[in-house]
Amino acid sequence: MTEAGVVAGILWLALAAYAVLAGADFGGGVWDLLATGPRAAGQRRAVAEAMGPVWEANHVWLIFMITGLFTAFPTAFGRLAVALYLPFTIALTGIVLRGAAFAFRGHGRQAVGPASPWGAIFGGASVITPFFLGCAAAAASSGNLATWATPYGFLVGAFAVAICAYLAATYLMVETEGFPLQADFRRRAIGAALASGVLGLSALVLAPALAPSLSHALTGRGLPLVILAVVNGPLALWAVWRSRPRTARVAVVAQVLFVLWAWAVGQWPYLLPPNLTIDAAAAPGGTLNALLVVIVIGMALLLPSLYLLFRVFKGGQDSSPPGGEVAAKLAEGDGVSHERRTGTRRR
Amino acid sequence: MGTSLGFHIVFAVLGVGLPALLVIAEGLWLRTGDEVWLGLARRWSRAFAILFAVGAVSGTVLSFELGLLWPRFMAFSGSIIGLPFSAEGFAFFTEAIFLGLYLYGWNRLTPFQHWLTGIPIALSGAASSVFVVMANAWMNSPTGFRLDAAGHLQSVDPLAAALNPSTPTEDPHMLVSAYVVTGFLVAAVYAAGLLRGRVDAHHRRGLAAGMVMATAAILLAGLTGDNSARFIYQGQPAKFAAMEGLYQSQRCAPIHLGGIPLDSQQRVVFAIEIPCALSLLAAFDPNAEVRGLDSFPADARPNPVLVHLSFDTMVGLGTLLGLGSLLFWLVWWRRRGLPRLLLWGLVLAGPASVVAMEAGWFVTEFGRQPWIVYGILRTSEAATSAPALGATFVIFFLIYCVLAMTTASLLLQRRA
Repeated sequence: MTEAGVVAGILWLALAAYAVLAGADFGGGVWDLLATGPRAAGQRRAVAEAMGPVWEANHVWLIFMITGLFTAFPTAFGRLAVALYLPFTIALTGIVLRGAAFAFRGHGRQAVGPASPWGAIFGGASVITPFFLGCAAAAASSGNLATWATPYGFLVGAFAVAICAYLAATYLMVETEGFPLQADFRRRAIGAALASGVLGLSALVLAPALAPSLSHALTGRGLPLVILAVVNGPLALWAVWRSRPRTARVAVVAQVLFVLWAWAVGQWPYLLPPNLTIDAAAAPGGTLNALLVVIVIGMALLLPSLYLLFRVFKGGQDSSPPGGEVAAKLAEGDGVSHERRTGTRRR
Repeated sequence: MGTSLGFHIVFAVLGVGLPALLVIAEGLWLRTGDEVWLGLARRWSRAFAILFAVGAVSGTVLSFELGLLWPRFMAFSGSIIGLPFSAEGFAFFTEAIFLGLYLYGWNRLTPFQHWLTGIPIALSGAASSVFVVMANAWMNSPTGFRLDAAGHLQSVDPLAAALNPSTPTEDPHMLVSAYVVTGFLVAAVYAAGLLRGRVDAHHRRGLAAGMVMATAAILLAGLTGDNSARFIYQGQPAKFAAMEGLYQSQRCAPIHLGGIPLDSQQRVVFAIEIPCALSLLAAFDPNAEVRGLDSFPADARPNPVLVHLSFDTMVGLGTLLGLGSLLFWLVWWRRRGLPRLLLWGLVLAGPASVVAMEAGWFVTEFGRQPWIVYGILRTSEAATSAPALGATFVIFFLIYCVLAMTTASLLLQRRA
């Protein structure tokens, strides 16, 4: 594989990380928007608690991809930026509003509660952003960048929103294990699973007519992964149905990875079908070398830090807070999570 | 783009400066057990949570906009200066990860572990600034690549591009400016609190902490700025001429303090002139020759009005801020009460430091015009022709206004 190929592979991996991590954060926003029933406030709080410590780190995968793309593949970046100016700008607006709204709501005073405009903006922007990123993905894979504004683009956009919601609901099932809230997220996960299944299969069936390059990719080298996705889909749904949240989480993540990699592997060695290959779009060798060195050093710092972050907040659900009394005292005013640690979290 | 940058830079500098203050305050609490320091650290960490989020999303807009608005620029320079951008990406990643640990880890980590998680935030914040400014420095001193006769990129040495001749002078100046702005903004908030009658240890300590950072940094800003100006005299003579409002090349060149450069008369009016001072400062030789704007073709000159006024704003405010902080420490040590007039001055010093920083940014950006990459690529050649640009601009401008107002109101509310 050429250097350009290695860099492209890394960028695809970053896209996958962004999809399964930040995708769930957008999905959380969807469930914030759709919070209903007697436990609506609890649903919102679970979303906020789950996202709080990690969403900024998850978001940086996107920045990593953008800078990686314009450093390593300036030609492809230029084409995407010009042809997909509108969907990218809308998605960006969504990203700005979503992040700002979450911070305003989470760290502001009580006045900025879910009922304020920022609450609605948080949810709304969480729907808009993955939708338009999905449209852009459809365009980039279809062989015709104008596809984003066609029914097919919108179909893929809707699929992206549904799969984000699905990811979020399964993650939240894990986070709320042992609480009544888990039942709420189980129902939501089932709904999102069915919606994303229908939308995903429609996109697959319609691809030959509406997105020739994508169809070529998915039925060619990507076929094994497509088959895995089709088999894995019902398995994931079964795990959700039987309330096996940890199994379900793995299965849903696998589902997203199968879909993305079917696309990536299928269209290899093209970066932007039908005619821009990875090697043709690549920057000069000196740049790629230097970028790889930066990526290796960066990852050496990054991966242990990420591991620490997820271990502290997502691992060992039932561990009592280390640091004992002092730490508990520090948590005063930290409101939500403190209350959850000490009060509501009993099996 | 300019709007996004002008907006982002305020959050970015706070992202560099605030974590350093946080680490210091929390460290002092760990050492002394004094709850006042802990109170300050907790206040600042909440403010920082909001500022960082808004800074992060506005930074994302910037990275997209580079490609959306300047496709020719990025196609040309992406492979050359993408490296510092990627490195910045990692620094930012580290910052975001440890921010998550810091903000939400108060009750999951021991106090010492918690303090430790603050250190990478402060370091990677500073590193981000260094990397991003490297890219800007390259636009001022493009090096590290070869063009063939037709102007196509031949070979690239990204490391040489990152460590271009402007980097050693521009980077330190931006970094210390970040601490200047953070220090004065923090001090301004507590000075306002003291003015409203909240005279307690919390406010006095917050004010002092801000002023320590501001005073140390403003003195360094003067030194690094002087160094930077001397480099520009050598490396970007057109910018230097515009900064100083110098129309005619001459030996024994004067410094113009204030005044308005008039293109029609080829001179600066209403300025205080100090004869030979410019030559002396720039080259340590009163008879050194300084190139004036007349030595550049008309289509390669920056706008001297904008650049000269921005430069004088930066230097003037910087000098005032420096003198003001020295005055503050004199009063602080001589008697324990702070006169209201001084507090009012400190309240104004916060916004003034932001103005000085933005003016400095104007100098480097408008001083480079008409080039986007100095001597290589003109700004007009690099811009996009994408439609609906005006509408996008207006929408982002409005969003930024709303975000800025909400952020400000949330931060001030909390102080109240």
